[in-house]
Amino acid sequence: MRWSWIPDHAGDLAMTTLEHSAIAAVAVLCGLVLALPLGVLAVRFPVLKGAVLGISGVLFTIPSLALFILLLPLTGLSYETAVLGLTVYTLVVLVRNTVEGLASVPPHVREAARAMGYGGTRTLLTVELPLALPVIMAGVRVATVMTISLVSVAGFIGHGALGQLFIDGFQRDFAVPVIAGVVITLLLALVADLALVATQHALTPWTRRGR
Amino acid sequence: MGELIADVVRWFADATRWSGPEGVVQRLLEHLQYSLLSTVVAVLIALPIGLLIGHTGKGAFFAINLASFGRALPTVGVVILVFLVSGLNLWPVYVALVVLAIPVIVTNTYAGMAAVDHDVRDAARGTGLNGWQVLFQIELPLAVPLIMNGVRLAVVQVVATATIAAYISFGGFGRYVFDGFAQNDLAQVFGGAVLIAVLAIALDLALSGLQRALTPRGLALQRRRSNR
Amino acid sequence: MISFEAVNKKFADGTTAVRELDMEIPEGQLTVLVGSSGCGKTTTLRMINRMIDATSGKVRVDGRDVRDVNASTLRRNIGYVIQQSGLFPHRTVGDNIATVPRLLGWDRKRVRDRVVELLDTVGLARDLAGKYPHQLSGGQQQRVGVARALAADPPILLMDEPFGAVDPVVRTLLQDELLRLQDELHKTIVFVTHDIDEAVKLGDRIAIFKTGGHLVQFSTPAELLAHPADDFVADFLGSERGLKLLSLTSLADVPVEPVTSVTESTPIAEARRAGDGWFLLVTDDNRPRGWLHVDHLPADGVLTDAEPIVAAGLSGNASLLAALDATVSSPVGLAVRVDDDGRVVGVSSPQRINERAARFRAQVLVP
Repeated sequence: MRWSWIPDHAGDLAMTTLEHSAIAAVAVLCGLVLALPLGVLAVRFPVLKGAVLGISGVLFTIPSLALFILLLPLTGLSYETAVLGLTVYTLVVLVRNTVEGLASVPPHVREAARAMGYGGTRTLLTVELPLALPVIMAGVRVATVMTISLVSVAGFIGHGALGQLFIDGFQRDFAVPVIAGVVITLLLALVADLALVATQHALTPWTRRGR
Repeated sequence: MGELIADVVRWFADATRWSGPEGVVQRLLEHLQYSLLSTVVAVLIALPIGLLIGHTGKGAFFAINLASFGRALPTVGVVILVFLVSGLNLWPVYVALVVLAIPVIVTNTYAGMAAVDHDVRDAARGTGLNGWQVLFQIELPLAVPLIMNGVRLAVVQVVATATIAAYISFGGFGRYVFDGFAQNDLAQVFGGAVLIAVLAIALDLALSGLQRALTPRGLALQRRRSNR
Repeated sequence: MISFEAVNKKFADGTTAVRELDMEIPEGQLTVLVGSSGCGKTTTLRMINRMIDATSGKVRVDGRDVRDVNASTLRRNIGYVIQQSGLFPHRTVGDNIATVPRLLGWDRKRVRDRVVELLDTVGLARDLAGKYPHQLSGGQQQRVGVARALAADPPILLMDEPFGAVDPVVRTLLQDELLRLQDELHKTIVFVTHDIDEAVKLGDRIAIFKTGGHLVQFSTPAELLAHPADDFVADFLGSERGLKLLSLTSLADVPVEPVTSVTESTPIAEARRAGDGWFLLVTDDNRPRGWLHVDHLPADGVLTDAEPIVAAGLSGNASLLAALDATVSSPVGLAVRVDDDGRVVGVSSPQRINERAARFRAQVLVP
């Protein structure tokens, strides 16, 4: 096993890791931008709830590779295809957690806000969404870790970042890049998860125990 | 888009598509074999772990974090790595799918155990049930709905991911996806994706039936009432 | 008998729940452990069936150190009732009650008979056996909890705030039934509550705990109310300690005086001749309905239609406190007395009740 391959390609690996992070981050952010309004709609209009959760659930059953390939006629072998495909997968987790988070806000808190003269939008933005944040953030954490792992599937359409290392290693029958790819992916997921935990801690001071 | 749909319909309508060694039925059996065997093995590994940490309350932090860490394992990487070690056989597929399924089952089993009412567990011990009796007579039946949620989530992911078997030249519906990609035949990719999605949804429905059957009646009635 | 010898319990987080506890819980009596939250009363209870093990000292049941007995075996011989009942939601009421008998390996028929017997004992309809716990009301669930604890006829019953989660009306009912059951069964009951009124009503003996796990006083309710050990106990007992004391003695020795009563079916015209003031209206089988004044009678008809000031009858078991309350609520200042079947035997005046109270005071307050 030629481990020296790793230091020889340190610069490339760093670039690839950055690219990997960027794809995952953009995909999760896009997912969040879509999921929050969808979740709010689903909670406000129970008629839509089944449809929104159902459709995002069905999209989740489509193999990621097939989804990337089917997006090819629209966006080609491009970075956009990778991001778009990954965004679709984040939806199932993010929409469900947004709905659950909003549903978990105690009714008496919502009523207290209304009783003090808050309008619907103000209640949503200043009371409901903040209180739903822990559950939504739990969804963001799961979606982030999942997306970081899924980026590699985009390797088959040439935008897998660390995933390219797997295909490269497979074609050259050489395990070192594969191992490097797996380990870096795991570390990246760990770092991202810790960062999200810290963010959540900062955003929700009221959930901290004690003084 | 319309053209693609028409092509897909034609692809499905082709009678020769369905039978024979390369037919849909054969691919279905292969896909089922990879998915179900992996899920069963994953359940056999993950269920005892989840039950144990749920029952003792020990190692929960460690196991849950390990499980979320496990979710980050890139399946493609695992398949290729095991392939490079073991050579051309089904091990890479099974290892990758089992590894994929374990975290979600462990997490949900633990969540199910953690959700058992503290008073009920306390009463069970106080009544004189020993550790095993509390686990099998009280905790496990009460955790069944959440455990089955985990198994259902795992099956959906495993069925979708079993596509990867075709990458290292094996069968399953993934054949259509990879072959279609290689031949630039989008209708075939689409057909494969539809078959996989339908299989995942069908298995999910079947398991939700099993979930209902396994959920103790008293618990099902209680949940229905509290949902009202 | 249950005894504690120099028992301490320190939890892993450093808090001391129970400190140097010495206590002997008498057999066949209902002992109440009472105190505010965090005083160690529940910990004390849970050390008896080893739900919690003492850090030091000895807990003995019938002379045996509980640590020498297998925990599950020990618990099968000690009934355990908790708040919210802790019923198994996936098992029917019958299966819940049958838990311990089945653990003990009783045969099916014996288990089935025992379940029916217990449903009768705790006052539940037999057809509830096939229902699931959540299909029952809170009070019914608590009764099932008691039935489950009694299933194998254990000599000891531990009850941890068993009536804490039901509404006041149901709580009173359940308390009365527990007293009735205890009259028949004579179990050694250890009962935890934070409600001093519940403690005074139920307890043969009361142990008052103070935050930090100190046992401050352990005595009969009368002794406790008459001679609180210190300011903490006096505070805990609250105001109206004298009146609470009157709840501990019965009306039985207070003389019964005659009363003018008229039955419902009496015509109004005839009733007017009963006297010139208030009289007691009774049903035709002589149960009290209430007080009526001749000036307030309807013009004609029978008394069935009259609307008296309602008065309940008090039997000899009723407390002096209840009797005083009845005199205050009556327009004539008299408590209506009935026999064990609920039939009017006469009335008692506040003067007679006070004389009895004075004698009781003299008994318990003399140091």
